[in-house]
Amino acid sequence: MAELTEELSQVKGEEPAVPKKKDVRVHPNPAPAGKAPLDVPTGTPTVIVDDLHIVYRVYGAATDAEKGNAVNALTRILKRQGRPQMKEVHAVKGVSFVAYHGDAIGIVGRNGSGKSTLLRAIAGLLPPHAGAVYTDGQPSLLGVNAALMRELTGERNIVLGCYAMGMTPAEVRDKYQEIVDFSGIDEFVQLPMSTYSSGMGARLRFAISSAKTHDVLLIDEALATGDREFRKKSEKRIRQIRESAGTVFLVAHDLRVIEETCNRVIWLHKGKIKMDGDPKEVLAAYNKG
Amino acid sequence: MSQPESAVADAQAGGRSGQEPLAKLAARYGLRRAIARPRFPVYVRQLWERRHFILTYATSRNVSKYSSSALGQLWQILTPLLNAAIYYVMFGIVLGGKGNIENYPAFLLTGMFVFTYTQRSVAAGAKSISGNLSLIRALHFPRASLPLAYTIQELQQLAISMGVLFLIVILTGEFPTWFWLMIPVVLLLQTMFNIGAGLVMARLGSSMRDLNQLLPFITRTWLYASGVFFSIQEKVVGSAGLPQWVADTMYYLNPAASYIEFMRDILIQGHNPPGMVWISCVFWAVFALGFGFWYFWRAEERYGRG
Repeated sequence: MAELTEELSQVKGEEPAVPKKKDVRVHPNPAPAGKAPLDVPTGTPTVIVDDLHIVYRVYGAATDAEKGNAVNALTRILKRQGRPQMKEVHAVKGVSFVAYHGDAIGIVGRNGSGKSTLLRAIAGLLPPHAGAVYTDGQPSLLGVNAALMRELTGERNIVLGCYAMGMTPAEVRDKYQEIVDFSGIDEFVQLPMSTYSSGMGARLRFAISSAKTHDVLLIDEALATGDREFRKKSEKRIRQIRESAGTVFLVAHDLRVIEETCNRVIWLHKGKIKMDGDPKEVLAAYNKG
Repeated sequence: MSQPESAVADAQAGGRSGQEPLAKLAARYGLRRAIARPRFPVYVRQLWERRHFILTYATSRNVSKYSSSALGQLWQILTPLLNAAIYYVMFGIVLGGKGNIENYPAFLLTGMFVFTYTQRSVAAGAKSISGNLSLIRALHFPRASLPLAYTIQELQQLAISMGVLFLIVILTGEFPTWFWLMIPVVLLLQTMFNIGAGLVMARLGSSMRDLNQLLPFITRTWLYASGVFFSIQEKVVGSAGLPQWVADTMYYLNPAASYIEFMRDILIQGHNPPGMVWISCVFWAVFALGFGFWYFWRAEERYGRG
């Protein structure tokens, strides 16, 4: 990778002012001189987030007065008005950072600080309001929950979930038994998911969504599912995924998980980066704050 | 390790003075924007690669749709039949809409089933994006998969209604002819139109939340304008005394009326459709499909915002 980088900059006639290797690591908040670099196989950036702003619309429940009739709706459409109860939420306000190959980045922050929104923007699922996200390959979010249907059997849901993640029929046949075994739901696979206990449902969802390999992987609170035994199993699975993936982003409220699996932590506060760096230091500050 | 203040200051300054801009860094390493609309041919190919998902999604929705009702899948047949029965009593008997239409039950049912297919595809298309935001915000796939799956779901339901229709048409004294082999062709053309219309409605529905409230109003008007339970020809030329070309134009300009007339021409011996109706059927199919895909694709990267 390093050779390739050098070659690239030579080909493009880059100014020698940009040093190579670890100093290439451009960072919104450059580390103070003399500080040891993080134990990262620094090299090629895989995800670059450049002054990202995300704004999305939220529709509240209509009040009685607003439910109205077709004529009201028509006039609103003609006048190109939004609904009165529509709100715009500025969830991410100018976030910039660079993630490198081999990074496992934990994202911490209070509820509503924009963690999940940031992940979705990196995955390219939410369009930026301003700024941009640049990625190498297609980042994928670990989670197929939205594609599954509660009324259907586990069996049908496994097939549906795999197709939703973009597998081919051959891959689905390959992975099917592995998913059933990993989730440990046994004969319940023939029953509708609405009959499952919450733990079983969570296990099946995790088993389906972790069946695919990814370049850049985004994990949103996936570890807090199931019993202790399944937790161990899923942590092991996450580590495997991390090894095969180039870069991993992990959102979790369990700070212990982040400390164990990540080499860098970003602390989001009200849509902005409050701190970014070594897990120990950031988590210590986060716990104090 | 960093200072929180500097992070805020950096974000406000909108750049990191003295360093390479991030956009340039991205370009140097060949990173691409996470959210970018693929070129149209690439988009169509991606959609084709997702065909298994589209089919499975449509079937799954159909299976889960009636799983909570006692009569289950039977409702797929009962709903159009009940509708047809009500319209037969209202328009055929009470209001005397029959006029001198030959084989009125077959006339009415054909119109009803063919129109329902288009109407439901349009209504489903309008909800396909706005009702699946969580799915769109979780997974990558060409977004046109959703309106497509919804139309295919309606097509699967139509297959059942069509069986009922053939049975009733034969019971009312029609006899299957070689011409019935044209039925799949008409259905294919209508499906092409429905997909296109569903795609257009999907994009409209994703930004105009009120469309779903307004839609029943629009489709009912459309139903009345399509000559489902009366003959446009008879009303326009017979009752109103307007020239023949007015009636013909009304058939040609209204895709639903075109498909209904084409289907009636096939199924009912004594029915005479306007002469060029097959041309308008082909035109609407090709135009709607092409325009629908293009129009939907233009906003591909924006559907997640809601």
